[in-house]
Amino acid sequence: MTTAIAVEAQSARKDYGSGQFAVRALDDVSVRIEKGSFFTLLGPSGCGKTTLLRLIAGFETPSAGKILLGGRDITYDPPNKRPVNTVFQSYALFPHLTVAQNIGFGLQMLGRPKREIAAAVDKMLALVQLEDFAGRKPQQLSGGQQQRVALARALAPEPEVLLLDEPLSALDLKLRKEMQRELKRLQTETGITFIFVTHDQEEALTMSDRIAVMRKGNILQIGAPREIYNHPKDRFVADFIGETNFLSGTVEEGAIRLTSGDLVEAPTQGRSGKVTLAVRPEQVRISGAGDPGSLAATVADSVYFGTDTHCHLRLADGTEIVARLQSAASGEAGLARGDQVSLRFEAGAAQVVDE
Amino acid sequence: MASLAEQRAERRTIRNGWLLSLPALIILIVAAAGPLLIIVIYSFLTPGSYGNVVWEFSWDAWVGVLYSRDIFDGTYKLADAHLSIFWRSVKLALLTTMFCFVVGFPTAWFIATRTPRARTALLFLITIPFWTNLLIRTFAINQIIRNEGVLNTALLYLGVIDEPLVIIYSDFAVFLGMTYVYLPLMVLPLFAAIDRFDMRLLEASYDLYATRWQVLRRIIVPIVKPGIIAGSILVFIPALGAYVTPRILGGGRNMMIGNFIELQFGQGRNWPLGAALSVTLLVIVGAALMLYVRASMRTTNNG
Repeated sequence: MTTAIAVEAQSARKDYGSGQFAVRALDDVSVRIEKGSFFTLLGPSGCGKTTLLRLIAGFETPSAGKILLGGRDITYDPPNKRPVNTVFQSYALFPHLTVAQNIGFGLQMLGRPKREIAAAVDKMLALVQLEDFAGRKPQQLSGGQQQRVALARALAPEPEVLLLDEPLSALDLKLRKEMQRELKRLQTETGITFIFVTHDQEEALTMSDRIAVMRKGNILQIGAPREIYNHPKDRFVADFIGETNFLSGTVEEGAIRLTSGDLVEAPTQGRSGKVTLAVRPEQVRISGAGDPGSLAATVADSVYFGTDTHCHLRLADGTEIVARLQSAASGEAGLARGDQVSLRFEAGAAQVVDE
Repeated sequence: MASLAEQRAERRTIRNGWLLSLPALIILIVAAAGPLLIIVIYSFLTPGSYGNVVWEFSWDAWVGVLYSRDIFDGTYKLADAHLSIFWRSVKLALLTTMFCFVVGFPTAWFIATRTPRARTALLFLITIPFWTNLLIRTFAINQIIRNEGVLNTALLYLGVIDEPLVIIYSDFAVFLGMTYVYLPLMVLPLFAAIDRFDMRLLEASYDLYATRWQVLRRIIVPIVKPGIIAGSILVFIPALGAYVTPRILGGGRNMMIGNFIELQFGQGRNWPLGAALSVTLLVIVGAALMLYVRASMRTTNNG
């Protein structure tokens, strides 16, 4: 299946400052973002995700490289000439305009007739469920409502691409979860390409069609959430997306010999010598002692989290592994500090990752 | 129902409040309300032969604000000279205010968008003119623009002009001097308003297809409007009543209300007319303030 490309960055580079103070915020990044998809740029602060977003929005021009929108070179187009709208982290709502005027601003600037603007504003107000707030000023709204206005304002001109710069970071946890679903719903309903910037891996996993994990101005891995979670390319990705146990070992006859002396079955991907294995805590199981292929361990600590219990286990050489067990299961196992247990990894759980 | 003790405590609080504000009240009565009352009373009296007033009620001063009496047949007609002074005052004050805004807005914007350190330095520079007496500064401008002044000498020397430019003792000279004197009063409130302006709104409006002009007109100006109004009032009111600048740069012919009032108390020996003119000036200023309050109320309602 061939899909149209909404946005493409070709070796986009951005340097700030000059001379010895020069900082490369974006290091020749190339990425293609499919039309109609929910694409997330994920990474810690300073990884270049916001810079890439600002290049697409037109607030910055790249030091080198190109930005294409629907195949058209827009690298040097000003923001007001790009059919791209942004939802800002601070919302940046116009304080002197009402909710309705804020939402209609883009269409007004495009010179659309009044009736069309009014209709679009009504549609947007319904879409974000703020019909009763049309006449209010932004500062009379709660954070979540302001967020919805910001969304509606950016969606009203029906942009080809909607850019979202950590829009949920100012909301409390409960509201954030609600807005995550809301965003996904809006994206599906409008069919507009969403490019979402976040440092929150959970947000990225729950909403995205595809995720690009960034670090130090580079994209490390692009893929669907499951792919990134289950097959992280390197240690950084594995560590950034969810919790991970890292185990060192050496390749030995198609399996991996851990430093503890245990042999673990894992695809070696043609490597030899020292490798790093990544195993997700929820893919570690406690099994009966002496099962074939199991690792002997001692319970170092057990922390109760409600639905889960995090069990810290120590292998023969002292390597610590965290196992996330469903509380019911661990309760039955009745694990206590100092207990001798056996553990095994679920099939395909252990992944060799780049260091 | 409040208990007796509570009532007594409340009464005591009120009494203490009055006591504490007594110094302020005395200053207000002695320095503001009192003189104003004297001015109003004087405007209804008869002028004495050598200045001062005679305690005889008369409307003459108020009639004299707009009309002059023909000394031969005693008929009244509209005093063109007075009207032209009023008109010149309002015109020059408005022009000064507008030009101060045109120059002051980019200045304030420039200062507000600098780094905190540069900003402090620039604001300091803006206030430096206040260190020197207004009279001396105005004479300095006089020295620059007079026919044999620095400007003309330089231009003649450079061969830009063949004859000196006649700037001094004209409305233009007064306008120039007032713009110079009152510019800081426009820049400072504008700076305060622009400083509070959220620059991220600029990106948001560019992003929503606004052109630079639309950003200025639709976003920046409405949001910094309180600063614009405050600056305009701070310039307009003293410009309307200006005395020193028109006196030194306007010469005798280009009088403004301030000079006209002074004339009545001095050479004119017509204190009641001077008082009536003062009250007239006060009314014009009051009307301008009313407009200000109304405009700022609208701004508050709009956000």
